[in-house]
Amino acid sequence: MAKIIVVTSGKGGVGKTTTSAAIATGLAMRGFKTVVIDFDVGLRNLDLIMGCERRVVYDFVNVIKKEATLNQALIKDKRTPGLFILPASQTRDKDALSMEGVQTVLENLAKDFEYIICDSPAGIEQGAQMALYFADEAIVVTNPEVSSVRDSDRIIGILQSKSLKAEQGGTVKEHLLLTRYNPERVASAEMLSVADVEDILAVPLLGVIPESEAVLKASNQGAPVILDQESEAGQAYLDAVSRLLGEDVKHRFLEVQKKGFLKRLLGGK
Amino acid sequence: MSIFNYFLKKEKKSSASLAKERLQIIVAHERSKRQQPDYLPLMQKEIMDVIRKYVNIDEEQVVVQLDNNEDCSVLELNITLPE
Repeated sequence: MAKIIVVTSGKGGVGKTTTSAAIATGLAMRGFKTVVIDFDVGLRNLDLIMGCERRVVYDFVNVIKKEATLNQALIKDKRTPGLFILPASQTRDKDALSMEGVQTVLENLAKDFEYIICDSPAGIEQGAQMALYFADEAIVVTNPEVSSVRDSDRIIGILQSKSLKAEQGGTVKEHLLLTRYNPERVASAEMLSVADVEDILAVPLLGVIPESEAVLKASNQGAPVILDQESEAGQAYLDAVSRLLGEDVKHRFLEVQKKGFLKRLLGGK
Repeated sequence: MSIFNYFLKKEKKSSASLAKERLQIIVAHERSKRQQPDYLPLMQKEIMDVIRKYVNIDEEQVVVQLDNNEDCSVLELNITLPE
């Protein structure tokens, strides 16, 4: 039985696609056959972050409309074995997805894959609701900033009332992933801390991804940041994947890194 | 920056704690609304319309609240009539 995990946030630009790409790659690295689906019809970007934009021929909507088979639309990742990408359509609008169509595609993918990662569009409209409807688990991506936290709470409310699991009387297992975290600003009380956000949202913490130059670098190159294992962000995503698999891993990168005397003198970062 | 500024700054609340305080209030407010049944806003509007037939009141003067206890729900209607 495949596990369906939605990556969602309500607010745009907080790191859903970066997270979907990193978590899907991380699960495949751990040996699980994984597919990551872009639900952002009309504004596809997962292909760019995964670095497969020039290999897109057919997309999610083509499969739903039976214009292509699932195997024709799935793109095999060139870096990580066992990882596939199902891109969103760029030319249609958000209404091109139908609930029955999405269900059929997910059922077919579940036969072959162990993990299905759904990269949700921003907002709380149809596209976002479609992405979360069939989910077993949800990763709620949040920035330590007021509008992002409020929107996350909103999407948590939708997970608890409008998902298939909720309608059947169950619950979607929720995980909080705090991204763009800046320990220096938290230390000077300019930024909400991990504890603050946990307190407000009351969702178990999956991980904290520090604000990192590696994320932009990774998207420039079209390689998920989890592959950059030198970077703090890459390591933090690796930890998050381990926790998702039920391992007990200590949280890192929450404290201000003390600069060495020489580094401070030279103004290094 | 003078030494006085330094002390003045200390007195002020940090922006992070202000953010947390504001979020706690708005999130609690929005969660309580979320648990309301879908018909409540429309019902509130219709109750308003009925009252308006007789008395001229503003929207803020009518508070409709639904409290769910274990085995019964209480609908509380609080109307402030103008003098």
